[in-house]
This record gives sequence, C-alpha cells and structure tokens, in this order.
Amino acid sequence: MLEVSGITQRFGGVTALDDVSFRIGAGTITGIIGPNGAGKTTLFNIVTGIYTPTSGAVHLEGKNVTRQAPERLAAQGMVRTFQNIELFGRMTVLENVMVGLHTKGRSGIIASALRLPWQIAEERRLREEARHWLDFAGISDLADIEAGNLPFGKGRLLEIARAMALQPKVLLMDEPAAGLNSRETLELARLIGKICEAGVTVALVEHDMELVMDICEAIVVLNLGRKLAEGTPREIQENPDVIAAYLGEG
Amino acid sequence: MKSFLRNEAVRFILFSVMILALPALLAGGYLLNVFVFVGIHTLLAVALNLLLGYAGQISLGQAAFFGLGAYASGILTATYGQNPWWVMVAVALTVGLLAFLVGFPILKLKGHYLAMATLGFGIIVYIALNEAVDLTGGPSGLPGIPNLTVGSYVFDSDLKNYYLIWGVTLGAILLSLNLVNSRIGRGLRAIHDSEVAARVMGIRVRLLKVQIFALSAVISSIAGSLYAHTMTFVSPTSFGFNFSVELVTMVIIGGLGSIYGSFLGAALLTLLPEMLRAFQDYDIVVYGFLLIVMTMFMPGGLVRGVPELARRLLARGEKGRADA
Repeated sequence: MLEVSGITQRFGGVTALDDVSFRIGAGTITGIIGPNGAGKTTLFNIVTGIYTPTSGAVHLEGKNVTRQAPERLAAQGMVRTFQNIELFGRMTVLENVMVGLHTKGRSGIIASALRLPWQIAEERRLREEARHWLDFAGISDLADIEAGNLPFGKGRLLEIARAMALQPKVLLMDEPAAGLNSRETLELARLIGKICEAGVTVALVEHDMELVMDICEAIVVLNLGRKLAEGTPREIQENPDVIAAYLGEG
Repeated sequence: MKSFLRNEAVRFILFSVMILALPALLAGGYLLNVFVFVGIHTLLAVALNLLLGYAGQISLGQAAFFGLGAYASGILTATYGQNPWWVMVAVALTVGLLAFLVGFPILKLKGHYLAMATLGFGIIVYIALNEAVDLTGGPSGLPGIPNLTVGSYVFDSDLKNYYLIWGVTLGAILLSLNLVNSRIGRGLRAIHDSEVAARVMGIRVRLLKVQIFALSAVISSIAGSLYAHTMTFVSPTSFGFNFSVELVTMVIIGGLGSIYGSFLGAALLTLLPEMLRAFQDYDIVVYGFLLIVMTMFMPGGLVRGVPELARRLLARGEKGRADA
C-alpha cells in the first residue's frame, strides 16, 4: 500500500534520515517507534509531502508520489494527524469536519456567493456526512462547540474524525496518544481498531509502547535516522539492537 | 429574541431596513453626503475583510484597486465617452484579472513580507496615476466624469447616490455572508488558523488565496467606479498609501472576520473626522488617541467589544441597584 524506499533527508549538515526503506501492507496497523530524534516526524512530513526528501521515493499503491504537494496527496488518500493537534480553533467541531470534506465539494466562489440550488444541496450533503464522522469518533454531542474550547482528548478525537472525512487510503497518525490519560488511550485504541476495520491502512508514530505492542501488527524501529529493525511486536521486543537503543547504549 | 437575531437572514433584513430608512432621519442634510461615503467605505472594507479577516492575508495595496477602478471608469467615460455601466463591469473584471496575476507570485509571501509586497504594488499604481498625465490628468486630477444614468434618470443627488451605492453595498454584504458560510469560507478560515493543516485537508491554499485576493480587487474596483461617477472628479491623493492603511484600520477596528464589523469600522472612521471638527487643529490627535484606546480595550473590534461593554455596564448597574 505504502512503500518508502531509500529516503534520505539532510538539513544543512544534519542527516535526519539516512536511507530508510520499508513497506506497509494494505489494511494493517504499523507502528513507527524510536527514541527522540530518531526522525519519525521527519519521515511523516516527507511521506505527506510537507518536506521534499534529499533522495529516495515514496509510492502509494504502486504510484510514485514523491515531491507531490500535501494538498494533492490528501486528495489521493494520504492523510495525517499532527502531534500537537492542528484544529481550526475558531470553527465549530462540525465545521472542522466539513473542512475535511473540502475535496468532496465542488462549489466555488460564484456558486457559494449566489447560493445556487445545487450548492445548497451540496452543503446539506456535506453537513450530513460530517455528522456521520463525528458519530464515528463518538463526539456528535460536541458538534456545535468551538473547536478551540475542546479539552485535549476530545480535540484528538476531532482531528481523527476530520482526517477520516477525507476517506483516506492511508492514515498517518503522529503520536495520537500523547497527552491522553489511560481511559482516553483505551478509547483511542478502540477507535484505531475501528478505522482499520473500515479498510484504512494505519501508520502511527507513538511513544506509548503498551499501545503500540497492543494494536500494531508490524513495527518499524528508527534510531538516529536509520532503520534499526522491522518485524512483529514479539520480534521487536526480543531484538537486542532495539533493547540496546532504548536503554541508551551506543 | 436572541435566537431570532442570530438568524442570518433576519439580521440581514433588519440591517437593510435600517440602512434604507436612514435618509428619512437625516432629512437630506450634510450627513446624508457623509453616509454616501460610509457606503463606499463599507464596500471596500467588506472586500478587504474577506482577505484579511477570513483568509488572514494582509493587503496594504487595496487603495490601488479602488483607484484603478475609479480612474479606468473616469477615463473611459469622460475622455472616450463609453457607456459607464459596461465600463464598470469590464474594468472590474480586468482589475480582478490583474490582481490574479499580481497575487499569484506575491501571495506566496507571508506576514510582513506580504505587507511589503502589496504596499509596493500600491505605490506603483499611485505613481502611475500621478505620472501618466496625458491619460489621468496627473496630480491635478481628472474632471468631468459623468453621473450614472438609467434611461433619462440621472444619479445626480446625494439621495439618489445613497440608494445606488447602498444597493450595491447591501448586495455585496449578502453575497459575502453567503460566501463566508460556505465551503469556500471554511477553506479561508482554515488557511487563517493553520495553513499546513489546511493543505493536509486537500485545500489548494495558494489558489484559494489568489482567488479571494482577486475577488476583493473586483469589489474594490466597483467601489472605485461608483466613487468616480458620484464625485464626477478623481485625483490621485484619494488612492494613496494613507487610504490603504485607513481601510485596514476600518477592518480591524470594526472586527476581523465580521462582515457587519466592516460596516461599523467604516462608519466610525468616516463619521469620526466629521464629528471631531469641533477640536479644530487638534482633531487628528483626538482621532489617533481614540483609535489607540479602542484597539487596547476592544481587541476583537467594535462588533464584539460594544456588546461586551454593554453587558458589563448592565451587570454593574444591576449590582449597584442590589447594593442600594
């Protein structure tokens, strides 16, 4: 589904990623882990088109999508969430999800300003669809609240609902459990399971090992910009290199 | 009552009725003339608010689009005797196209740099209006622009121009309200809050910014044409850097991201200099002082600050009564 091959990213003299390759199978949940500074977020930024890699390629469903702009990648089903949730704070929860439906609407400036009949129908359709995704994430009761006023945990759920509205093929989640308490993390794990059941391939960067070992079928370990290991949770837990990296040995 | 007022259609109708009834209260005096200008300024402020208040992109060159509309209408009707109505439309579309071409490279810039680039554009246009003497009449201005007419009906009085200009402005307000509450409006507000998140949602940020920049130029150009035909005379000083800054001030004082706020800001900044005449030579000092105080105590603009102030005063009044 998603294939990353030979990705290298240099910022000035610093090599953030060095020849990283792996593939993520369709319909799986893959965890990308590693100590701080391993290059996990950089990798996400490259895969979603926010950074252009120094070298290497990204393929989505066999199609080369390297160097494509984020907005084009999003339209092709490559969608992400952010470590520090990036909500549209002055819009309501429902409107946030409707922004996620942007690519599903057709009405432009003229149709919108004139409220042409088909534009009104489209708005109604988008609103109903947005409600569906709020329901999916279990936050329909918050629809009319301004997103900036949401507690952090609910904000996380909203960000996921908004990402799902794009009906992604691949959903990349950057530390979805960061800042969540244990009950919220449990809720999140259930939601990620539901996303996978809906046929979406999930990749997540995460520090919460319990969550990763629990829900991921495959794990990629990065350390200091290189791929250290790849395998099932059991293989990773027993891998001496991984243990050494996490215990802080050279 | 409150939920009644929250209904967008009801608010627009109430606002329109108020505007349409205003001349009866002003009884054709000098203030009616001032309110003709409030109408033009509201139109310009609404156009800028779409860009600045909703999409979060600054433009210090709005006066240039206003000036291009005014001069192009003036020259084509006064010098070349063309029909002012189709000139107005053709000029607005041309100015919109120009804004699209100018906007494409410069809207890549952000914040201060975008301010500088739009400022530069404004200055270029201002210099051109001054220097192209053969065409524009240079610093001494362009006289003899005809009033607008429909058949044998001539828009030659303050009252007629009031209804003409406010008709257009109310129309622009209605269309803008529709726009900001649509897919496009949500896209604009998304860009304002987080450009990277907007892109990840599949919004073509650059294109949308340029489109809204062009739209604001089209509206400003129409305002310029109306201004030229109302005044029958234009000179470059009306379209300089000062006026661009004044428009930004109207939008901020009125309330960023509020269409009715643009009316409040435009009304205040147009009426205030008239009311401050009593201070004679010190009027500009008082004007500056009032603007500073308002920005300090009403950072959300008049549209949010005035109800807040009223609420506080009411609460204090009730507390006073309870204490007594």
